[in-house]
Amino acid sequence: METAQNLTDTARTIPAARMAQEPEAMNQKIPYPEQTIGKPLCDDPKMSMRNVNVFYGDSQAIYDVSLDIGKNQVIALIGPSGCGKSTFLRCMNRMNDTIDICKVKGSFMLEQDNIYDPKLDVVELRARVGMVFQKPNPFPKSIYENVAYGPRLHGLANKKFELDEIVENSLRKAGLWDEVKDRLDQPGTGLSGGQQQRLCIARSIAVSPEVVLMDEPCSALDPIATAKIEELIDELSSQYTIAIVTHSMQQAARVSHRTAYFHLGRLIEVNDTNTVFTAPEHALTEAYITGRFG
Amino acid sequence: MQAGNLVLLLIALGAVFYFFGWRRSYAVSAPLGGVRHLHSLPGYYASLAAVWCVLPALALLAFWLMIDDAVIRTNLMASLPSSIQPQSQVDHELLLNQIRNVAGGALNPAFVPAEVAAAAEQLNAMQAKNQLMLNIAFISIAVLGGVWGWSRVQPRLRARQQVESVMKWLLMASAMVAILTTLGIVLSVLFESIRFFQKVSPVEFLFGLQWSPQIALRPDQVGATGAFGAVPLFAGTLLISFIAMCVAVPVGLMSAIYLAEYAHKNVRAWAKPILEILAGVPTVVYGFFAALTVAPAIRGLGESMGLTVASESALAAGLVMGIMIIPFISSLADDVITAVPRAMRDGSLALGATQSETIKRVVIPAALPGIMGGILLAVSRAIGETMIVVMAAGLAANLTANPLEAVTTITVQIVTLLVGDQEFDSAKTLAAFALGLMLFIVTLALNVIALKIVRKYREQYE
Repeated sequence: METAQNLTDTARTIPAARMAQEPEAMNQKIPYPEQTIGKPLCDDPKMSMRNVNVFYGDSQAIYDVSLDIGKNQVIALIGPSGCGKSTFLRCMNRMNDTIDICKVKGSFMLEQDNIYDPKLDVVELRARVGMVFQKPNPFPKSIYENVAYGPRLHGLANKKFELDEIVENSLRKAGLWDEVKDRLDQPGTGLSGGQQQRLCIARSIAVSPEVVLMDEPCSALDPIATAKIEELIDELSSQYTIAIVTHSMQQAARVSHRTAYFHLGRLIEVNDTNTVFTAPEHALTEAYITGRFG
Repeated sequence: MQAGNLVLLLIALGAVFYFFGWRRSYAVSAPLGGVRHLHSLPGYYASLAAVWCVLPALALLAFWLMIDDAVIRTNLMASLPSSIQPQSQVDHELLLNQIRNVAGGALNPAFVPAEVAAAAEQLNAMQAKNQLMLNIAFISIAVLGGVWGWSRVQPRLRARQQVESVMKWLLMASAMVAILTTLGIVLSVLFESIRFFQKVSPVEFLFGLQWSPQIALRPDQVGATGAFGAVPLFAGTLLISFIAMCVAVPVGLMSAIYLAEYAHKNVRAWAKPILEILAGVPTVVYGFFAALTVAPAIRGLGESMGLTVASESALAAGLVMGIMIIPFISSLADDVITAVPRAMRDGSLALGATQSETIKRVVIPAALPGIMGGILLAVSRAIGETMIVVMAAGLAANLTANPLEAVTTITVQIVTLLVGDQEFDSAKTLAAFALGLMLFIVTLALNVIALKIVRKYREQYE
């Protein structure tokens, strides 16, 4: 009973948990491949995941996924709602720890470190692997305080001017500096949706992460704000490794180097973005990118 | 028949006309081809007939009861023989009371003059006639109204709108009851306070340092001159409220944080109701807990450390009051903390903050306006609290900041001023109203501020 209640609570916020409860909801006529098609692994991985299985209570949300993310690479995770791509993303910096009933099996490596090692400090991990959420979630503090939050937590600046510098640099990298430099003391919640999302990106790169995870960062934004964020992702990819979950196939095609297609908790196909969109190998991938479902 | 019986009869009549209205609405709809050709559903027609039966009759009853006493009295007095016509207002009242007592059987007619006894009989006859007339008028209005409402049931009648507008007025009248009562209380306290301030100057009341409300009842009485400086009472109230808040704010906040952020679901499921039981304990129980358990314990502890502690100390009352207020703060704070969106917490955790850093730097600041609102509500509760301080804080109006001494509060003094035999025009009793007015103003101001803060908080996330 208790677990069932938990499960419903979780399902309200996490699509994969909801879908895991009712896995027959989608078209299953096309069989899954024996193993992931394409090139899920790469030579110089920043992060590598092996045989990942994720459960919400008794139901399974992710089935035996193995995937590498290359250094300074943008990888797009696509797939229909509830296919587990957001769940997979949240596992990579252990944000799923906050959900009691979520169990993660398999290995997650960030370079040489095992992410799920009990000895590993989750605080340090999240400083190395940052995250940007679907809905812009600036703190109800000033723009300056929003960006300075992370550096303050980790003691990255000893002097006021060092902190100022970090804030300015992060806002510049996020392409927001010119728009907000005169009103750094005003609340971050007063910015427009697109500006708020760029503020959240600035906030997460202020702690100099190695990897930035983005969970549908543009789904709440208008096309112009979306274009700005996409441009930004392109620029950031020179310094950071980025994994982005998106529902927009155009966006995946525009910003990513590699694309991974998830379907009902299984990783169907991974390849160079070009290949996935021009010559998908598996029928499910083709059905999705041609818009037959999703 | 008494008014209560009349109302019962009216309810029955209303039900009858509801039934007939219902029947008629079906009857008039039958030739048209069913209920769907009516403007409104049959229930609305039936309600309208019942409303026409009930409301005019109730209005008549209210009006009648308001004036019948005065009418009877005027008629009675006019009919008295000139030999016993009263000369003054006081005689008038006395005579009237005498007649009433004889008429009611409380006074033996043999003990009063024959004219009075005759007047009493006349009064009885008038009252019986009055009652009969009321019954007839009431029932005929109810029946006529009901028949009128019933006869209006026609397919084109917009019964739905009419019934709904009656409902709207009924709801508004209910809301007005609460508002008018508040207004009445404020006005009565205000007028009595004005009478008090005619005897004692507001400056002395607000700034005087001496409180000793015993005034001389007779001119030759010694020693009791009366002093109405309320500063010691304000100071005592503030001291006790301050001690209470020192207990309640940290404990309440921390328990709210624990319950909202750390507690396992099962713990929360039983801990929260238990905490709220604390709010349901009658304050008089807290009062004797404070007076019989906490106060002696504090005195014993103080004496063992070489301090002089009054047996009724501000500390004891404040501590127990603080415990009483904990559930207010914890349950309000718990609500606002849980209302902070999950996205805020996720944002902070994703930047590498620990759970406690997230609570300190994001959750609490975001919930702060709501928490402040809860604290202010609790303060106004503490200032207005009576039973605990009556039993545990003492009556001595000391102007002191030492929590180990006995102090007294505004509420305690109001109780002591009004308990026992009092004349209601002396400065001593009127002082209670002035104190009540002060208390009202202070708590009202705190409530307004609290509501403002809470409202501002609401706007932040919507």
